[in-house]
Amino acid sequence: MSTAGLKAGAQVITGAVRKPHLSPGRVALVAVVAVFLIAVLRLVTGANDLASSGALAAAIGLAVPIGLAGLGGLWSERAGVVNIGLEGMMILGTWGAGFFGYHYGPWAGLLGAAFCGMVGGAIHAVATVVFGVDHIVSGVAINIIGYGAAKYLAARTFSGTPGGGPTQSPSLEALPTLSIPGVSSALGTLEQKQIFFVSDLAGILRSLVTNVSVVTLIALALVALTWWVLWRTTFGLRLRSCGESPVAAETLGVNVYRYKFMAVLVSGSLAGLGGGYLALVAANIYRDGQTGGRGYIGLAAMIFGNWRPGGLVGGAALFGYTDAIQLRGGGTTVHAMLLLLAIVLVGIGLWQLLRTHRVVQGGIAIAVGAIVGGYFFVSETVADEFTGMTPYVATLLVLALSSQRLRMPAADGLPYRKGEGH
Amino acid sequence: MNATNLRKLGLALAAPALAILVAFMVTSVVLLLAGDPVVEVWTQLLTVPRPRLVVAIINGATVYYLSAIAVAIGFRMNLFNIGVDGQYRVAAFAAAVFAGQGWLPGPLNIFVSLLIAVVVGGLWAGLAGWLKVSRGVSEVISTIMLNAIATGLVSYLLFKVADSTVGSNVTNTKTIPVSSQVPGFSLIPGTPNKVYGFILLSMLIGVGYWVVLNKTRFGFDLRATGRSETAAVASGVNVKRMVMTAMLLSGAVAGLVGMPLLFGQDFSYGTTFQPGLGFAGIAIALLGRNHPAGIALGALLWSYLEQQSNGLQINVGVSSELVFIIQGVIVLAVVIAYEVVRRAGLRMEQRNVARQLSDQPGSPAPEGALV
Repeated sequence: MSTAGLKAGAQVITGAVRKPHLSPGRVALVAVVAVFLIAVLRLVTGANDLASSGALAAAIGLAVPIGLAGLGGLWSERAGVVNIGLEGMMILGTWGAGFFGYHYGPWAGLLGAAFCGMVGGAIHAVATVVFGVDHIVSGVAINIIGYGAAKYLAARTFSGTPGGGPTQSPSLEALPTLSIPGVSSALGTLEQKQIFFVSDLAGILRSLVTNVSVVTLIALALVALTWWVLWRTTFGLRLRSCGESPVAAETLGVNVYRYKFMAVLVSGSLAGLGGGYLALVAANIYRDGQTGGRGYIGLAAMIFGNWRPGGLVGGAALFGYTDAIQLRGGGTTVHAMLLLLAIVLVGIGLWQLLRTHRVVQGGIAIAVGAIVGGYFFVSETVADEFTGMTPYVATLLVLALSSQRLRMPAADGLPYRKGEGH
Repeated sequence: MNATNLRKLGLALAAPALAILVAFMVTSVVLLLAGDPVVEVWTQLLTVPRPRLVVAIINGATVYYLSAIAVAIGFRMNLFNIGVDGQYRVAAFAAAVFAGQGWLPGPLNIFVSLLIAVVVGGLWAGLAGWLKVSRGVSEVISTIMLNAIATGLVSYLLFKVADSTVGSNVTNTKTIPVSSQVPGFSLIPGTPNKVYGFILLSMLIGVGYWVVLNKTRFGFDLRATGRSETAAVASGVNVKRMVMTAMLLSGAVAGLVGMPLLFGQDFSYGTTFQPGLGFAGIAIALLGRNHPAGIALGALLWSYLEQQSNGLQINVGVSSELVFIIQGVIVLAVVIAYEVVRRAGLRMEQRNVARQLSDQPGSPAPEGALV
């Protein structure tokens, strides 16, 4: 059993890979179109929370830990090590943030979170790189160990502390947040006026300049740093070559073991940092079960982002946004999203019918779109239990529509032994 | 020749022994570092369990076994069905709703309910299979998402159909009629508690798993696909259809996971139905190396540790979550030990071949024999 998985269904891209045309202009255009769509949707449905700065601030809060976990996944998978243990490393990070944050202050908590995540990464690295164990097996084991270790250690270290107990830490000191004073209030005024498109844009910009946690900024800096290190330095080229073809890297004198080991350590500390964000910024407390599967979602965000930093930010943002609007607006807001979904589905169906002549797939897409649209018009809201599913359904839908264009590192998940490439 | 076989057997037994030793040492170190009483913890975990606990251990293993077999079906062909957790909950809910109505008499009701569980579990897994073969979505991701969706769906439907007796605020499906409840066996003397009657179902599934995988063409194709997809394609296997079939089968068995609990203990599906069985199944399948007998041992060990650790908090004052550390370390140690032993065996074989070849006069030293 190897973790590379089956290739069936996935389109194998051979030959020259089409260069993605992601010039800054294009990105800006996509962003403007997206804001425009949301503005239209808000106007049509009256669900004002779709673009409020509050919802977007919540979205950022939900996206950052997922993005950090995804970034961790990116480092390790780019070096060829599948890391499903992100969840466990993240859990270790929450405890690290709680313990070090309580005893030595929030900045130490952040470092402690990264350190504890790195311990998880070290276990994964020893198992997969040194012993060549199946990556998924090791990841599953780390998830179990992380889950148990955090609970065990929490009971050991937080019992009897003031305000803490066996399942939670005392409340932790907050990390600073930043605002740009004048701009923030000006945008706030603009947002209140409910002008089509302009207010929506103001809401989005306002959420980016008001009470932004310093950890959010660190996370964004880490994304940029990751891109620069992995794609613009010799070190990064070598690291990625270990994920694409370790044997070729070996013949060029790269110490593949060392690069893989380092990548997995970085991966663990980033996932731990994601856990640290949950404890220190999102909740100001360590609590058992705080991660709630966000490590897995981070992995999904990274795959969705085609193993690229920019893409994974997009994936994390999508998840954070859908989660935020369902948490804040509940049924009404999710109900509004249904209209968008119906339009998108019908659009895709028409595209497939007219341009690619896939009658069955196009027909199914249009039919489902029509059902969703019909449901939108006959119903007032969506049941609470369903709104909770929104981010998962959104991720699944987006993956179903885009998965065939994805390409993972060629040697991702494959075992590598030095000197065995013949 | 005989000596080699003996050595091979020794190596095969060395791995699990090594793993348990490692798990023992690592856990002890953790306990020492945390300042917990090492000796007392091990005394608690290693005492002979009382009859009541033995029954609980067997019952727990019965359920884990089904879950691990469901996972193992996917593993054998390199499919990672992480969604057993969602599949068994959706299936158990559907079966509980039907069985609770009591439309059919006694055993027939059980039979049809099992059928419903199998179909619903299979279809839920089939969604992930379909997404994989037609849209190329990694089953790891889709099943994780489907787990979360299952949680929402079941809790929504549960409140719709919940047994709304006036004055009660329980959220359970209707209780299964007594005639359709599966009686237990009094296997263990010294306790009134009974072993689930559905232990037979687990055994049946275990035997079925072994026969289908090892004695049928389908099983051969499945294993071949798992070993090498390209080789399987070359020999005429339709990999997409195999993915779909394996996913449906895995989900069908996953659908049965909740049945011993439903018909032997809870008699209805509610918010307190045991969660997390799917994830334990993954670890146990790995522990048992996807072999039906190995999985049985793994399930028993898992259940044993779980039941024995329940007393840790009361008797020793140590958090019972310690058991997860032990379980995780065992999984990791087992696979590492197997890998180490495999390499040792390989080296031994290579040395043997080299010796035999160099014994023949005039032959050159074989290339690459000494790695």
